[in-house]
Amino acid sequence: MEKILVGLKRVVDYNVRVRVKSDSSGIETEGVKMSINPFDEIALEEALRIKERGEASEIIVISIGSTEAQQQLRTGLAMGADRAILVETDSQVGSLCVARAIKSFIDRDSVDLVILGKQAIDGDNNQTAQMLSAIWDRPQATFASQLEIKGDKAMVTREIDAGLEVIEIDLPAVISADLRMNEPRYVKLPDIMKAKKKPLEITALSDLNIDQGPEIKSLLFEAPLERSRGAMVNDVAELVATLKEKGLA
Amino acid sequence: MPKILVIAEHNGAKLNTSTAKTVACAASMDEAIIDVAVFAADASFIAIEAAKLNSVKRVMKYERSENEHSLAAIIAPQIIAIAEEYTHIFAPSTTFGKDLMPRVAALLGVNQISDVMSIESSRIFKRPIYAGNAIETIEIPMQDIVVATIRIASYAATTNGNSATIESGNPSKVKLPTHTRFVEIKSSVTDRPDLQTAAKVVSGGRALASEENFDIIYKLAGKLNAAVGASRAAVDAGYVPNEMQVGQTGKIIAPDLYIAIGISGAIQHLTGIKDAGTIIAINKDAEAPIFEVADIGLVADLFIAVPELIEALN
Repeated sequence: MEKILVGLKRVVDYNVRVRVKSDSSGIETEGVKMSINPFDEIALEEALRIKERGEASEIIVISIGSTEAQQQLRTGLAMGADRAILVETDSQVGSLCVARAIKSFIDRDSVDLVILGKQAIDGDNNQTAQMLSAIWDRPQATFASQLEIKGDKAMVTREIDAGLEVIEIDLPAVISADLRMNEPRYVKLPDIMKAKKKPLEITALSDLNIDQGPEIKSLLFEAPLERSRGAMVNDVAELVATLKEKGLA
Repeated sequence: MPKILVIAEHNGAKLNTSTAKTVACAASMDEAIIDVAVFAADASFIAIEAAKLNSVKRVMKYERSENEHSLAAIIAPQIIAIAEEYTHIFAPSTTFGKDLMPRVAALLGVNQISDVMSIESSRIFKRPIYAGNAIETIEIPMQDIVVATIRIASYAATTNGNSATIESGNPSKVKLPTHTRFVEIKSSVTDRPDLQTAAKVVSGGRALASEENFDIIYKLAGKLNAAVGASRAAVDAGYVPNEMQVGQTGKIIAPDLYIAIGISGAIQHLTGIKDAGTIIAINKDAEAPIFEVADIGLVADLFIAVPELIEALN
Protein backbone atom coordinates (compact mmCIF):
# COMPACT_ATOMS: atom_id res chain seq x y z
CA MET A 1 0.00 0.00 0.00
CA GLU A 2 1.25 3.43 -0.89
CA LYS A 3 -0.66 6.19 0.84
CA ILE A 4 -2.73 6.50 3.98
CA LEU A 5 -4.73 9.68 4.56
CA VAL A 6 -5.62 10.66 8.13
CA GLY A 7 -8.04 13.41 9.16
CA LEU A 8 -7.09 15.70 12.04
CA LYS A 9 -9.71 18.04 13.46
CA ARG A 10 -8.86 20.97 15.71
CA VAL A 11 -11.24 20.83 18.68
CA VAL A 12 -11.58 22.20 22.20
CA ASP A 13 -9.32 20.07 24.38
CA TYR A 14 -11.16 17.18 26.00
CA ASN A 15 -10.29 18.40 29.50
CA VAL A 16 -12.00 21.75 29.01
CA ARG A 17 -15.51 22.12 30.34
CA VAL A 18 -17.18 24.10 27.58
CA ARG A 19 -19.65 26.89 28.15
CA VAL A 20 -22.41 28.21 25.95
CA LYS A 21 -21.98 31.89 25.01
CA SER A 22 -24.28 34.22 26.94
CA ASP A 23 -26.07 35.25 23.72
CA SER A 24 -26.78 31.57 22.86
CA SER A 25 -24.99 31.95 19.51
CA GLY A 26 -22.40 29.25 20.06
CA ILE A 27 -19.77 27.79 22.34
CA GLU A 28 -17.18 29.93 24.11
CA THR A 29 -13.85 29.08 22.47
CA GLU A 30 -11.99 32.31 23.18
CA GLY A 31 -8.78 31.58 25.10
CA VAL A 32 -9.69 27.91 25.39
CA LYS A 33 -7.05 25.20 24.89
CA MET A 34 -7.37 23.54 21.49
CA SER A 35 -6.04 20.11 20.55
CA ILE A 36 -6.22 17.37 17.95
CA ASN A 37 -9.50 15.49 18.33
CA PRO A 38 -8.45 12.48 20.49
CA PHE A 39 -9.99 9.93 18.11
CA ASP A 40 -8.01 11.47 15.22
CA GLU A 41 -4.81 11.09 17.21
CA ILE A 42 -5.60 7.39 17.51
CA ALA A 43 -6.28 7.25 13.76
CA LEU A 44 -2.88 8.81 13.05
CA GLU A 45 -1.11 6.48 15.48
CA GLU A 46 -2.63 3.50 13.68
CA ALA A 47 -1.48 4.82 10.30
CA LEU A 48 2.04 5.39 11.64
CA ARG A 49 2.21 1.84 12.96
CA ILE A 50 1.13 0.47 9.57
CA LYS A 51 3.92 2.45 7.93
CA GLU A 52 6.44 1.33 10.56
CA ARG A 53 5.53 -2.29 9.79
CA GLY A 54 6.46 -1.56 6.18
CA GLU A 55 2.87 -1.86 4.95
CA ALA A 56 2.54 1.74 3.73
CA SER A 57 4.99 4.29 2.41
CA GLU A 58 3.43 7.69 3.02
CA ILE A 59 1.16 9.16 5.69
CA ILE A 60 -0.71 12.35 4.80
CA VAL A 61 -2.67 14.33 7.38
CA ILE A 62 -5.54 16.59 6.35
CA SER A 63 -7.62 19.13 8.22
CA ILE A 64 -10.60 21.19 7.12
CA GLY A 65 -10.77 24.30 9.25
CA SER A 66 -9.35 27.67 10.18
CA THR A 67 -5.76 28.76 9.60
CA GLU A 68 -5.02 27.88 13.26
CA ALA A 69 -5.54 24.20 12.42
CA GLN A 70 -1.97 24.35 11.08
CA GLN A 71 -0.92 23.86 14.72
CA GLN A 72 -2.69 20.51 14.88
CA LEU A 73 -1.29 19.49 11.49
CA ARG A 74 2.24 20.37 12.70
CA THR A 75 1.63 18.18 15.74
CA GLY A 76 0.58 15.42 13.37
CA LEU A 77 3.77 15.91 11.38
CA ALA A 78 5.76 15.79 14.62
CA MET A 79 4.07 12.50 15.48
CA GLY A 80 5.45 11.14 12.21
CA ALA A 81 3.17 12.05 9.29
CA ASP A 82 5.07 12.85 6.08
CA ARG A 83 3.09 15.80 4.81
CA ALA A 84 -0.01 17.83 5.61
CA ILE A 85 -2.91 19.46 3.81
CA LEU A 86 -5.01 22.28 5.24
CA VAL A 87 -8.29 23.00 3.52
CA GLU A 88 -8.86 26.46 4.89
CA THR A 89 -12.27 27.84 5.77
CA ASP A 90 -13.61 30.06 8.51
CA SER A 91 -17.15 28.77 8.28
CA GLN A 92 -18.59 25.88 10.25
CA VAL A 93 -18.87 23.16 7.65
CA GLY A 94 -20.97 20.02 7.96
CA SER A 95 -19.66 16.44 7.77
CA LEU A 96 -20.82 16.02 4.17
CA CYS A 97 -18.79 19.02 3.05
CA VAL A 98 -15.77 17.68 4.97
CA ALA A 99 -16.21 14.28 3.32
CA ARG A 100 -16.39 15.91 -0.11
CA ALA A 101 -13.26 17.95 0.57
CA ILE A 102 -11.34 14.85 1.70
CA LYS A 103 -12.60 12.96 -1.34
CA SER A 104 -11.11 15.52 -3.70
CA PHE A 105 -7.64 14.82 -2.23
CA ILE A 106 -8.19 11.06 -2.35
CA ASP A 107 -8.72 11.44 -6.08
CA ARG A 108 -5.81 13.81 -6.58
CA ASP A 109 -3.27 11.82 -4.56
CA SER A 110 -4.56 8.27 -5.21
CA VAL A 111 -4.98 7.34 -1.57
CA ASP A 112 -5.26 3.63 -0.65
CA LEU A 113 -6.64 3.86 2.87
CA VAL A 114 -8.29 6.59 4.94
CA ILE A 115 -8.35 6.47 8.73
CA LEU A 116 -10.49 8.99 10.59
CA GLY A 117 -11.51 9.30 14.23
CA LYS A 118 -14.98 7.85 14.79
CA GLN A 119 -16.29 11.17 16.04
CA ALA A 120 -15.06 14.63 16.91
CA ILE A 121 -15.62 15.50 20.53
CA ASP A 122 -17.07 18.92 19.71
CA GLY A 123 -20.05 18.13 17.47
CA ASP A 124 -20.15 14.43 18.48
CA ASN A 125 -21.57 13.73 15.02
CA ASN A 126 -19.86 10.46 14.14
CA GLN A 127 -20.50 10.84 10.40
CA THR A 128 -17.51 11.80 8.26
CA ALA A 129 -15.99 8.34 7.73
CA GLN A 130 -19.34 6.84 6.75
CA MET A 131 -20.15 9.73 4.41
CA LEU A 132 -16.72 9.61 2.81
CA SER A 133 -16.93 5.89 2.10
CA ALA A 134 -20.43 6.40 0.66
CA ILE A 135 -19.42 9.08 -1.84
CA TRP A 136 -16.20 7.17 -2.63
CA ASP A 137 -18.31 4.01 -3.11
CA ARG A 138 -15.89 2.01 -0.95
CA PRO A 139 -16.21 -0.10 2.23
CA GLN A 140 -16.45 1.46 5.66
CA ALA A 141 -15.26 -0.11 8.89
CA THR A 142 -16.44 2.11 11.70
CA PHE A 143 -15.59 2.04 15.43
CA ALA A 144 -12.47 -0.04 14.75
CA SER A 145 -10.45 -1.38 17.65
CA GLN A 146 -8.17 -3.59 15.56
CA LEU A 147 -6.97 -3.38 11.98
CA GLU A 148 -4.98 -5.96 10.12
CA ILE A 149 -3.86 -5.29 6.55
CA LYS A 150 -3.69 -8.39 4.36
CA GLY A 151 -2.57 -7.34 0.88
CA ASP A 152 -5.54 -5.75 -0.84
CA LYS A 153 -7.88 -6.63 2.02
CA ALA A 154 -8.21 -5.70 5.66
CA MET A 155 -9.65 -7.49 8.68
CA VAL A 156 -11.24 -5.05 11.07
CA THR A 157 -12.57 -5.64 14.57
CA ARG A 158 -15.38 -3.20 15.36
CA GLU A 159 -16.68 -2.22 18.79
CA ILE A 160 -20.45 -2.48 18.50
CA ASP A 161 -23.25 -2.54 21.06
CA ALA A 162 -23.45 -6.33 20.98
CA GLY A 163 -19.71 -6.89 21.45
CA LEU A 164 -16.92 -7.18 18.90
CA GLU A 165 -17.69 -7.67 15.23
CA VAL A 166 -15.06 -8.75 12.73
CA ILE A 167 -15.50 -7.81 9.08
CA GLU A 168 -13.30 -8.28 6.03
CA ILE A 169 -13.16 -5.41 3.56
CA ASP A 170 -11.51 -4.80 0.21
CA LEU A 171 -9.11 -1.88 -0.04
CA PRO A 172 -9.25 1.01 -0.64
CA ALA A 173 -11.54 1.70 2.29
CA VAL A 174 -12.33 4.08 5.12
CA ILE A 175 -11.72 3.11 8.74
CA SER A 176 -13.01 5.03 11.76
CA ALA A 177 -10.93 4.64 14.89
CA ASP A 178 -12.41 3.85 18.28
CA LEU A 179 -10.78 4.50 21.64
CA ARG A 180 -9.12 1.17 22.20
CA MET A 181 -7.41 0.88 18.83
CA ASN A 182 -4.07 1.99 20.30
CA GLU A 183 -2.43 4.50 22.61
CA PRO A 184 -1.03 7.44 20.66
CA ARG A 185 2.65 8.27 21.10
CA TYR A 186 3.93 11.42 22.74
CA VAL A 187 5.63 13.96 20.56
CA LYS A 188 9.33 14.49 21.32
CA LEU A 189 11.01 17.89 21.05
CA PRO A 190 13.43 16.98 18.20
CA ASP A 191 10.43 15.74 16.21
CA ILE A 192 8.70 19.10 16.65
CA MET A 193 11.80 20.75 15.16
CA LYS A 194 11.87 18.28 12.28
CA ALA A 195 8.15 18.75 11.63
CA LYS A 196 8.72 22.41 10.83
CA LYS A 197 10.54 21.38 7.66
CA LYS A 198 7.87 18.95 6.45
CA PRO A 199 5.53 20.14 3.66
CA LEU A 200 2.20 21.72 4.66
CA GLU A 201 0.01 22.61 1.74
CA ILE A 202 -2.82 25.13 2.14
CA THR A 203 -5.83 25.27 -0.16
CA ALA A 204 -8.94 27.39 0.31
CA LEU A 205 -12.11 25.33 0.60
CA SER A 206 -13.69 27.66 -1.94
CA ASP A 207 -10.97 26.72 -4.46
CA LEU A 208 -11.95 23.06 -4.38
CA ASN A 209 -14.45 22.13 -7.00
CA ILE A 210 -17.01 20.75 -4.57
CA ASP A 211 -20.58 21.39 -3.55
CA GLN A 212 -20.40 22.71 0.04
CA GLY A 213 -24.10 22.51 0.82
CA PRO A 214 -26.63 21.79 2.02
CA GLU A 215 -26.23 23.95 5.06
CA ILE A 216 -27.35 22.97 8.55
CA LYS A 217 -28.71 26.04 10.26
CA SER A 218 -27.90 26.37 13.95
CA LEU A 219 -30.71 28.30 15.59
CA LEU A 220 -29.68 28.23 19.21
CA PHE A 221 -27.21 26.85 21.72
CA GLU A 222 -28.31 26.19 25.30
CA ALA A 223 -26.75 24.87 28.44
CA PRO A 224 -28.21 21.49 29.38
CA LEU A 225 -30.41 21.03 32.42
CA GLU A 226 -27.98 20.19 35.19
CA ARG A 227 -28.58 17.56 37.80
CA SER A 228 -28.18 18.97 41.24
CA ARG A 229 -26.12 17.50 44.01
CA GLY A 230 -28.21 15.20 46.18
CA ALA A 231 -27.83 14.05 49.75
CA MET A 232 -24.99 12.12 51.34
CA VAL A 233 -25.69 9.11 53.51
CA ASN A 234 -23.35 7.94 56.26
CA ASP A 235 -23.50 4.20 55.86
CA VAL A 236 -24.95 1.29 53.93
CA ALA A 237 -27.93 0.94 56.30
CA GLU A 238 -28.97 4.51 55.57
CA LEU A 239 -28.46 3.91 51.84
CA VAL A 240 -30.69 0.82 51.89
CA ALA A 241 -33.35 2.69 53.86
CA THR A 242 -33.37 5.50 51.26
CA LEU A 243 -33.53 3.00 48.40
CA LYS A 244 -36.51 1.27 50.00
CA GLU A 245 -38.20 4.59 50.66
CA LYS A 246 -37.94 5.39 46.94
CA GLY A 247 -39.19 1.92 46.01
CA LEU A 248 -35.91 1.10 44.25
CA ALA A 249 -34.91 -1.94 46.30
CA MET B 1 -47.70 15.72 6.19
CA PRO B 2 -44.46 14.09 7.44
CA LYS B 3 -43.95 10.53 6.28
CA ILE B 4 -41.31 8.85 8.40
CA LEU B 5 -39.41 5.66 7.68
CA VAL B 6 -37.95 4.02 10.78
CA ILE B 7 -35.18 1.52 10.11
CA ALA B 8 -35.66 -1.43 12.47
CA GLU B 9 -32.69 -2.62 14.49
CA HIS B 10 -32.61 -6.34 15.20
CA ASN B 11 -30.19 -9.19 15.71
CA GLY B 12 -31.59 -11.39 12.96
CA ALA B 13 -34.13 -12.99 15.28
CA LYS B 14 -35.59 -10.31 17.53
CA LEU B 15 -36.46 -6.65 17.27
CA ASN B 16 -34.20 -4.45 19.41
CA THR B 17 -36.00 -2.16 21.90
CA SER B 18 -34.18 0.76 20.29
CA THR B 19 -36.69 0.46 17.43
CA ALA B 20 -39.68 1.07 19.74
CA LYS B 21 -37.90 4.13 21.15
CA THR B 22 -37.21 5.46 17.68
CA VAL B 23 -40.86 4.97 16.77
CA ALA B 24 -41.79 6.91 19.94
CA CYS B 25 -39.62 9.79 18.75
CA ALA B 26 -41.19 9.68 15.28
CA ALA B 27 -44.66 9.66 16.85
CA SER B 28 -43.83 12.87 18.72
CA MET B 29 -43.92 14.72 15.40
CA ASP B 30 -47.34 16.19 14.55
CA GLU B 31 -49.39 14.19 12.05
CA ALA B 32 -46.55 11.81 11.28
CA ILE B 33 -47.25 8.70 9.24
CA ILE B 34 -44.78 6.03 10.31
CA ASP B 35 -43.52 3.02 8.38
CA VAL B 36 -40.96 0.60 9.76
CA ALA B 37 -38.53 -1.12 7.39
CA VAL B 38 -37.00 -4.46 8.33
CA PHE B 39 -33.93 -5.48 6.35
CA ALA B 40 -33.14 -9.09 7.20
CA ALA B 41 -32.48 -12.51 5.70
CA ASP B 42 -35.71 -13.72 7.30
CA ALA B 43 -37.80 -10.82 8.55
CA SER B 44 -40.98 -12.70 9.42
CA PHE B 45 -40.80 -12.74 13.23
CA ILE B 46 -39.17 -9.32 13.46
CA ALA B 47 -41.87 -7.80 11.26
CA ILE B 48 -44.62 -9.27 13.48
CA GLU B 49 -42.98 -7.66 16.53
CA ALA B 50 -42.65 -4.32 14.71
CA ALA B 51 -46.31 -4.43 13.62
CA LYS B 52 -47.35 -4.54 17.30
CA LEU B 53 -45.76 -1.16 18.01
CA ASN B 54 -48.38 1.54 18.42
CA SER B 55 -48.25 4.48 15.95
CA VAL B 56 -46.81 2.31 13.17
CA LYS B 57 -48.91 2.35 10.00
CA ARG B 58 -47.09 -0.24 7.92
CA VAL B 59 -44.14 -2.62 8.26
CA MET B 60 -42.10 -3.24 5.15
CA LYS B 61 -40.02 -6.43 4.93
CA TYR B 62 -36.95 -6.50 2.72
CA GLU B 63 -35.65 -10.03 2.76
CA ARG B 64 -32.37 -10.92 1.10
CA SER B 65 -29.67 -13.32 2.22
CA GLU B 66 -27.18 -10.41 2.04
CA ASN B 67 -29.14 -8.67 4.81
CA GLU B 68 -28.26 -11.29 7.40
CA HIS B 69 -25.63 -9.22 9.21
CA SER B 70 -26.94 -5.63 9.01
CA LEU B 71 -23.89 -4.22 7.22
CA ALA B 72 -24.22 -0.51 6.43
CA ALA B 73 -22.72 -0.83 2.94
CA ILE B 74 -25.35 -3.47 2.10
CA ILE B 75 -28.43 -1.87 3.67
CA ALA B 76 -27.79 1.76 2.66
CA PRO B 77 -28.39 1.29 -1.10
CA GLN B 78 -31.66 -0.55 -0.36
CA ILE B 79 -32.85 2.39 1.76
CA ILE B 80 -31.92 4.81 -1.03
CA ALA B 81 -34.15 2.81 -3.38
CA ILE B 82 -37.22 3.53 -1.22
CA ALA B 83 -36.23 6.92 0.24
CA GLU B 84 -38.24 8.93 -2.27
CA GLU B 85 -41.51 7.99 -0.57
CA TYR B 86 -40.48 9.61 2.71
CA THR B 87 -39.83 13.04 4.22
CA HIS B 88 -37.80 11.63 7.13
CA ILE B 89 -35.66 8.54 7.71
CA PHE B 90 -34.90 7.67 11.35
CA ALA B 91 -32.78 5.00 13.00
CA PRO B 92 -31.69 4.61 16.63
CA SER B 93 -28.44 6.25 17.63
CA THR B 94 -26.90 2.90 18.50
CA THR B 95 -23.79 1.56 16.77
CA PHE B 96 -26.17 0.08 14.18
CA GLY B 97 -27.78 3.43 13.33
CA LYS B 98 -24.59 5.47 13.66
CA ASP B 99 -22.86 3.18 11.19
CA LEU B 100 -25.70 3.21 8.70
CA MET B 101 -27.37 6.62 8.59
CA PRO B 102 -24.47 8.88 7.57
CA ARG B 103 -23.93 6.52 4.63
CA VAL B 104 -27.60 6.88 3.71
CA ALA B 105 -27.50 10.68 4.06
CA ALA B 106 -24.35 11.05 1.94
CA LEU B 107 -25.84 8.91 -0.82
CA LEU B 108 -28.89 11.19 -0.75
CA GLY B 109 -26.64 14.27 -0.79
CA VAL B 110 -27.96 15.63 2.51
CA ASN B 111 -26.52 16.20 5.96
CA GLN B 112 -27.42 13.85 8.78
CA ILE B 113 -28.60 14.81 12.25
CA SER B 114 -27.07 12.74 15.03
CA ASP B 115 -28.69 12.00 18.40
CA VAL B 116 -32.02 13.81 18.13
CA MET B 117 -33.24 14.35 21.69
CA SER B 118 -36.29 16.43 20.92
CA ILE B 119 -38.44 17.26 17.91
CA GLU B 120 -39.52 20.89 17.84
CA SER B 121 -41.17 20.70 14.42
CA SER B 122 -40.81 18.58 11.31
CA ARG B 123 -37.71 20.63 10.43
CA ILE B 124 -36.31 21.71 13.81
CA PHE B 125 -34.50 19.36 16.20
CA LYS B 126 -32.49 19.50 19.39
CA ARG B 127 -29.34 17.48 19.92
CA PRO B 128 -26.52 17.33 22.46
CA ILE B 129 -22.99 18.39 21.51
CA TYR B 130 -19.71 18.52 23.47
CA ALA B 131 -20.52 15.38 25.44
CA GLY B 132 -23.88 16.82 26.39
CA ASN B 133 -22.43 20.05 27.78
CA ALA B 134 -24.46 22.05 25.29
CA ILE B 135 -27.70 21.53 23.40
CA GLU B 136 -27.90 22.71 19.82
CA THR B 137 -31.16 23.52 18.00
CA ILE B 138 -30.85 22.97 14.27
CA GLU B 139 -33.05 23.53 11.28
CA ILE B 140 -33.06 21.47 8.09
CA PRO B 141 -33.97 23.17 4.80
CA MET B 142 -37.53 22.49 3.64
CA GLN B 143 -36.54 20.73 0.43
CA ASP B 144 -34.21 18.17 2.04
CA ILE B 145 -35.14 14.74 3.28
CA VAL B 146 -34.32 14.54 7.02
CA VAL B 147 -31.96 11.69 7.85
CA ALA B 148 -31.45 11.35 11.59
CA THR B 149 -30.35 9.07 14.39
CA ILE B 150 -32.43 9.18 17.55
CA ARG B 151 -30.95 9.41 21.03
CA ILE B 152 -32.88 6.50 22.50
CA ALA B 153 -32.22 7.52 26.13
CA SER B 154 -34.50 10.51 25.48
CA TYR B 155 -37.56 8.40 24.64
CA ALA B 156 -39.64 5.78 26.39
CA ALA B 157 -40.39 2.81 24.12
CA THR B 158 -43.71 3.04 22.31
CA THR B 159 -46.20 0.54 23.70
CA ASN B 160 -47.47 -2.63 22.04
CA GLY B 161 -51.05 -3.28 20.99
CA ASN B 162 -51.07 -2.34 17.33
CA SER B 163 -51.52 -4.62 14.36
CA ALA B 164 -50.01 -2.67 11.49
CA THR B 165 -50.07 -4.10 7.98
CA ILE B 166 -47.01 -6.08 6.96
CA GLU B 167 -45.93 -5.89 3.33
CA SER B 168 -43.06 -7.42 1.45
CA GLY B 169 -40.89 -5.01 -0.47
CA ASN B 170 -38.99 -6.07 -3.55
CA PRO B 171 -35.38 -5.35 -2.78
CA SER B 172 -33.86 -7.75 -5.28
CA LYS B 173 -33.55 -5.14 -7.99
CA VAL B 174 -30.99 -3.17 -5.98
CA LYS B 175 -27.39 -4.07 -6.87
CA LEU B 176 -25.38 -4.65 -3.71
CA PRO B 177 -21.62 -4.36 -3.19
CA THR B 178 -19.53 -7.41 -2.26
CA HIS B 179 -16.59 -5.42 -0.88
CA THR B 180 -17.70 -5.78 2.76
CA ARG B 181 -18.01 -9.23 4.33
CA PHE B 182 -19.12 -10.29 7.79
CA VAL B 183 -16.69 -12.67 9.50
CA GLU B 184 -17.85 -13.16 13.08
CA ILE B 185 -19.25 -11.53 16.17
CA LYS B 186 -17.83 -12.06 19.65
CA SER B 187 -20.39 -11.32 22.34
CA SER B 188 -20.10 -12.13 25.98
CA VAL B 189 -23.19 -14.26 26.49
CA THR B 190 -25.13 -13.14 29.51
CA ASP B 191 -28.58 -13.68 30.97
CA ARG B 192 -28.51 -10.32 32.71
CA PRO B 193 -30.84 -7.52 31.59
CA ASP B 194 -29.76 -5.54 28.53
CA LEU B 195 -27.68 -2.50 29.50
CA GLN B 196 -29.38 -0.12 27.05
CA THR B 197 -32.92 -0.83 28.20
CA ALA B 198 -32.65 -2.07 31.80
CA ALA B 199 -34.60 -0.25 34.52
CA LYS B 200 -31.66 -0.65 36.89
CA VAL B 201 -27.94 -0.53 36.16
CA VAL B 202 -24.95 -1.13 38.42
CA SER B 203 -21.63 0.12 37.03
CA GLY B 204 -18.07 -0.37 38.21
CA GLY B 205 -15.00 1.73 37.60
CA ARG B 206 -11.24 1.65 37.78
CA ALA B 207 -11.33 1.26 41.57
CA LEU B 208 -12.49 -2.34 41.16
CA ALA B 209 -8.84 -2.93 40.23
CA SER B 210 -9.30 -6.34 38.57
CA GLU B 211 -11.54 -8.53 36.49
CA GLU B 212 -12.04 -10.87 39.48
CA ASN B 213 -13.09 -8.01 41.77
CA PHE B 214 -15.83 -7.11 39.29
CA ASP B 215 -17.65 -10.16 40.67
CA ILE B 216 -19.12 -8.06 43.47
CA ILE B 217 -20.65 -5.75 40.86
CA TYR B 218 -22.26 -8.75 39.14
CA LYS B 219 -23.51 -10.02 42.51
CA LEU B 220 -25.07 -6.70 43.45
CA ALA B 221 -26.62 -6.43 39.98
CA GLY B 222 -28.03 -9.93 40.42
CA LYS B 223 -29.67 -8.92 43.70
CA LEU B 224 -31.32 -5.93 42.04
CA ASN B 225 -32.06 -7.64 38.72
CA ALA B 226 -29.92 -4.91 37.18
CA ALA B 227 -27.78 -4.71 34.07
CA VAL B 228 -24.04 -4.18 34.51
CA GLY B 229 -22.10 -1.27 33.06
CA ALA B 230 -18.62 0.13 33.43
CA SER B 231 -16.58 3.27 33.04
CA ARG B 232 -14.15 3.68 30.17
CA ALA B 233 -11.26 3.19 32.60
CA ALA B 234 -12.56 -0.23 33.65
CA VAL B 235 -12.98 -1.29 30.02
CA ASP B 236 -9.55 0.06 29.00
CA ALA B 237 -8.00 -1.86 31.90
CA GLY B 238 -9.60 -5.03 30.57
CA TYR B 239 -11.80 -5.75 33.60
CA VAL B 240 -14.91 -6.00 31.39
CA PRO B 241 -15.67 -6.13 27.64
CA ASN B 242 -16.26 -3.03 25.51
CA GLU B 243 -20.02 -3.44 25.20
CA MET B 244 -20.36 -2.55 28.87
CA GLN B 245 -18.94 0.97 28.52
CA VAL B 246 -21.28 3.77 29.54
CA GLY B 247 -20.56 7.34 28.39
CA GLN B 248 -20.05 9.75 25.52
CA THR B 249 -18.50 7.15 23.27
CA GLY B 250 -20.10 4.10 24.83
CA LYS B 251 -23.74 3.63 25.71
CA ILE B 252 -26.02 6.51 26.67
CA ILE B 253 -28.56 5.11 29.10
CA ALA B 254 -31.56 6.27 31.12
CA PRO B 255 -32.38 3.65 33.77
CA ASP B 256 -34.65 4.41 36.74
CA LEU B 257 -31.77 3.55 39.05
CA TYR B 258 -28.04 3.90 38.34
CA ILE B 259 -25.48 2.83 40.91
CA ALA B 260 -21.93 4.02 40.19
CA ILE B 261 -19.34 2.11 42.17
CA GLY B 262 -15.73 3.20 42.24
CA ILE B 263 -16.36 5.58 39.33
CA SER B 264 -14.88 9.06 39.72
CA GLY B 265 -17.27 10.61 37.18
CA ALA B 266 -15.39 12.12 34.23
CA ILE B 267 -17.68 14.34 32.13
CA GLN B 268 -17.50 11.75 29.36
CA HIS B 269 -19.04 9.20 31.74
CA LEU B 270 -21.62 11.59 33.20
CA THR B 271 -22.98 12.35 29.74
CA GLY B 272 -23.99 8.71 29.48
CA ILE B 273 -26.14 8.77 32.64
CA LYS B 274 -27.62 12.28 32.74
CA ASP B 275 -31.13 11.01 32.13
CA ALA B 276 -31.10 8.34 34.83
CA GLY B 277 -33.91 8.55 37.39
CA THR B 278 -31.92 8.16 40.59
CA ILE B 279 -28.12 8.10 40.65
CA ILE B 280 -26.32 6.53 43.58
CA ALA B 281 -22.59 6.84 43.95
CA ILE B 282 -20.26 4.88 46.19
CA ASN B 283 -16.70 6.16 46.13
CA LYS B 284 -13.80 6.39 48.56
CA ASP B 285 -12.93 9.89 47.39
CA ALA B 286 -15.34 12.48 48.85
CA GLU B 287 -14.16 14.96 46.19
CA ALA B 288 -15.04 12.69 43.24
CA PRO B 289 -17.10 14.60 40.61
CA ILE B 290 -19.67 11.78 40.53
CA PHE B 291 -21.06 13.15 43.81
CA GLU B 292 -21.99 16.41 42.08
CA VAL B 293 -24.65 14.60 40.06
CA ALA B 294 -25.56 11.79 42.45
CA ASP B 295 -28.92 11.89 44.22
CA ILE B 296 -27.50 9.77 47.01
CA GLY B 297 -23.80 9.57 47.80
CA LEU B 298 -21.85 7.32 50.11
CA VAL B 299 -18.18 7.93 50.79
CA ALA B 300 -16.86 4.46 51.55
CA ASP B 301 -14.45 1.75 50.52
CA LEU B 302 -16.37 -0.19 47.91
CA PHE B 303 -14.82 -3.49 49.00
CA ILE B 304 -16.52 -3.02 52.38
CA ALA B 305 -19.70 -1.17 51.35
CA VAL B 306 -20.75 -3.33 48.41
CA PRO B 307 -20.68 -6.67 50.26
CA GLU B 308 -22.61 -4.97 53.08
CA LEU B 309 -25.13 -3.69 50.56
CA ILE B 310 -25.55 -7.17 49.04
CA GLU B 311 -26.04 -8.57 52.55
CA ALA B 312 -28.60 -5.90 53.44
CA LEU B 313 -30.60 -6.63 50.29
CA ASN B 314 -30.90 -10.32 51.19
